[in-house]
This record gives sequence, C-alpha cells and structure tokens, in this order.
Amino acid sequence: MTRSSRPLNDPNRRRPPRLLTGNEACAMAAIDAGMRFYAGYPITPSSEIAESLARWLPTVGGVFIAMEDEIASMGAIIGASLTGVKSMTATSGPGFSLMQENIGYASMAEVPVVVVNVMRGGPSTGLPTSPAQGDVMQARWGTHGDHPVVALAPYSVEETYEATVRAFNLSEQYRVPVILLLDEVIAHVNEKVELPEREALRIVERPKPEVPPSQYLPYVDTPTGVPPMAPFGTGYRYHVTGLAHDETGFQTNDPKVIDAQLRRLHRKLELGRHDIVEVDEFLIQDAEIGIFAYGSSARSARRAIRLAREKGIRVGMLRPKTIWPFPDEEVRAWTGRLKAWLVPEMNLGQAAHEVEWAVAGRVPIRRLNRVDGNLFHPSEILRAIEEMA
Amino acid sequence: MKFEVRLSGEGGQGLILAGKILAEAAAIHAGLNATQSQSYGPEARGGASRSEVILSDGEIDYPKATEVDVMVALTQQSYDTYRHDVKKGGVVIVDSEAVESLGDTWYRVVSHPIFQLSEQHFGRILFGNMIALGLVAGVTGVLPKDAVEAALVSRVPKGTEEKNLAAFRLGYGLAEADAAGKGS
Repeated sequence: MTRSSRPLNDPNRRRPPRLLTGNEACAMAAIDAGMRFYAGYPITPSSEIAESLARWLPTVGGVFIAMEDEIASMGAIIGASLTGVKSMTATSGPGFSLMQENIGYASMAEVPVVVVNVMRGGPSTGLPTSPAQGDVMQARWGTHGDHPVVALAPYSVEETYEATVRAFNLSEQYRVPVILLLDEVIAHVNEKVELPEREALRIVERPKPEVPPSQYLPYVDTPTGVPPMAPFGTGYRYHVTGLAHDETGFQTNDPKVIDAQLRRLHRKLELGRHDIVEVDEFLIQDAEIGIFAYGSSARSARRAIRLAREKGIRVGMLRPKTIWPFPDEEVRAWTGRLKAWLVPEMNLGQAAHEVEWAVAGRVPIRRLNRVDGNLFHPSEILRAIEEMA
Repeated sequence: MKFEVRLSGEGGQGLILAGKILAEAAAIHAGLNATQSQSYGPEARGGASRSEVILSDGEIDYPKATEVDVMVALTQQSYDTYRHDVKKGGVVIVDSEAVESLGDTWYRVVSHPIFQLSEQHFGRILFGNMIALGLVAGVTGVLPKDAVEAALVSRVPKGTEEKNLAAFRLGYGLAEADAAGKGS
C-alpha cells in the first residue's frame, strides 16, 4: 500500500486569515513540516526565506547557517539530513546552477532534501528582481546522469505553504531531493491566506530500519523501492557515496548490481507516480482549448480563461502542481477531448516541449513565450485564445 | 467589487510598505480579499518602483493591476510610465513638486507637495509614503480609516507608530479638505 504524501488531513481546519508572501509562507511551512536545519547563501528573489528562517529556526531549536556559497549549502543540508534532520536550502538561478553537483549526490545517495529555487530572469545573473520560469528543465536535468527528482510548482501563496509541506513529505517518503520551483511573483506577492492548522497537516517521516545495526543494509531493495534510512549517530554505521554502490553502500563495478540499483532509483518514483503527480483542472471539462500553465503564468491564464468564457469561448486549464515527474498521462487524457493546447510560460518553451511529447502530434500546440522579465498580461493570453478559437 | 491601487515612484520611498499596509487593512481588518505585488529594480535606492494593491470581495486571479482606480506618482518618470491604464474617471495623486508635466488627463488629479509636507511636519522626507497612503485612503474611501490605521500600526517599525500615524492622518485630512472645498 502506498502512503499518501498529500499535506492535508482535513482541508477545512484553517488558521485565521493573514497577509503573507510566498517566501514567508514557504519558511513557515518548512518549520511546520519539521525542518530544523537550513544552510544557504542569500540571493534575490529568495532571500526572505533565509531571512525568515534565520529569525524563526533558533526559536524552535533548529539550526540556521549562512554558508560561503551554494555548493557548500547543498553539502551541508545533505550532511544534516543524514543525521535524521529534515533539511533545506533556498536559492535562485545562479545559486541553483552551483547546487547541481550535490543535487546529483543527494539523488544517488538517496538523501532527502528540499531545495527551493525562486526563478528569476536568466541565463547567468540575468534579471535579479524579475520573474521567469526558465529553470523548468534545469530542475529536471540540471545534474548529470539518469537521476530521479521531484519538482513542485505552486501558483499562489496558500499553495506555496502546502507545496512546501508536501515537498518535505515527498522527499522523506521517497528519499529523493525535491525541488520547489517558485517564481519571483509568487515569492514576493502578498496574499490573504488562511493556512491549515498545524494539527491538520499530514507529516511524513522517512522509513527507519527495523533490523539491528548488524543486519542493516542501507541500499536494500524493498516493495516500494525505498530502503529504510538510519540516522547517523544511532549505531547504524554505513557508507555513503556518489559512486555506484551495492546494497551495503560500498562502491561496486558489478554491472548487474549497478543496473538493479539505478533502476530501483527510478522505480521508487514510478511506483509512487500517482501519489507524487498532482494537477489542478480549471473549467477544462467542456473545453475545446486547453491551457497548460504553471506558477504565476497560470494566474494570468486563469483571468484570460474567465474573459474568454465571457465571450463564449470554451477554454480551460490543466495546471501541474507537480511538474516533475511530468503529468504526461493527464495531458494525454485531456488531449482526446481538445481541439488544441496553448502553453504560456515565461521561458522559450520548456514545458511546451514535454506537452508536445505527450500529445505526440494528435492536436496542435501553440506556444506563448515571454522572456522580458514581465508576467504575462491576461490580454496577451486572451488574444492567443481568440486566435485559436 | 474590485478596486486597484498603484503606488509608484522610486526605490527607497517606502511604497512597498504603503502597499502592504493597504492590503493588510483590507484582508485582515476589513474582511476583503487583497493582494499586494511589486516591481522594482536591483538598486537599493532610486530606480523605478511600483507597488500594486488589488482589493476584491471575490477571488483575485491575476495579481497585478490592469484597470487602475487610484494611482500615486511620486516622480515624473513613474507618472509618465504607469498612468496609461488608469481608468477613465479614476484618480491620480501626485507629488506637486516632482510631477510638473501632467499631459492629457482622463482622470482626476490630486496634487500636493507630499515630501515637502513631510519635511515641514516631521523634519524628514521619510514620511511621504504615509502621507500618500492617507491621501489614497481619504480620496477613495474604499477602506474604513480605522482599518488602515490598525494595519499601519502593525506594519511600521516599532517606535515609529506615532509619527507614521500622524503622517497618515495628515494625508487623510488633506483629502477631506479637498472634498469639502470641492463641495462648497
């Protein structure tokens, strides 16, 4: 039986309303999810996450470290997580690039960590204070090798809170690095939120070994593909490496073992696929035109859909809350009922590429791209819808 | 009901704080829905800065302004750049010393020497943002005065509540006086 990583036991139990930014909601959610170790290097537009956690973590017995750079930040949170402490870092494009090597290490060594990447204009230092969505492919393929990874892309402050809790749940449950992809708009917008009560949250902890240290195999296969994880310092001594390893954690050159281990890394996400992948459907049931949008672009799309509906155009949206693994089944399922897809994104067509692959030529796909550091104006999306109708 | 406010000027004038106060007044103290978003450059001071607040009794999908009911412009540059989507019949509040050229207007202009007043009354230009906020609240009447004051007190740095409140009330009073003058 697969456990659910969904963050809410009871969606109706809410705290009183307050005004929060996405970055603040992310920091609050991390603490509510049990995160007690943060290592990072501040960078716009993610800095308020570090700023908030520097203030809040010490008050709950957690540790906050300002590191010398993002490479070290990733190293620190991997080390902390190995001791059994939920750990995270937050950054933006330039820092996310530096973290890639160690993100691969976390994938290979199956260390649960959460990496927040608040997307800003790139490449390179690009546009520090402006929104973009150019790191979608980097979140999936930024580090080398066939590595498993999960990435979530919330579109509001309230959803950022829930996605952050879910990011920890997923990383613990599947022992995988989870990337929380925010963008500058969601990170900095202040919105009225009614956060779930702490007691209403479903918090997942990593699987622990049920055998004594002498029998512990840190990379053993299991029905879920996820091996139990013993915290360092509790008598379970084992080897952690980025090299291909056998079930003891020691390096191996045995092709059969290497193949089985690498396939297990992917199988654990394939088995959990329906728990991990989450989408939101907005007025798509009777739609002829489907919009595939995520993050702040989906906010513009939502307005455009309402405006188009007023003009009698049947348009709706499939919005991935989980962007990796990609919701290809969901795209395919709706494709049969649509005339065409429209994919607005603040990059030159990264998710569109995946949509095209899932649709496999069955219906036309129109890309709508913006890379000037501005969020889509709803009228731009509306114009595209009208041209397609 | 939907109401859009744009506060524009340059970085360092405190417009983002003013926007947050307005949004909080609506969301927490007046039972409305609200978002506050911002657009700014990499500079700590200077550079065009814009803070937008959307008040609504329903869901707010797109978090930026598209049809502005009230705009504040504290520099000529921000006035020129951001006034294009002010609604017909809307209001634009300007700093009379900074914004000299108004061009064609399809909205009502409310003009006061905001920063000069701050300097006169409080010895520093620092409180211009709260005078502007008072003008917005007074001109529009979209939120109860005490809701904005409650949000202001909770958001400004500790120890500065009184001066900020006085600056807000100064702006609010100017708006009331304008309205009374117009009526007579």
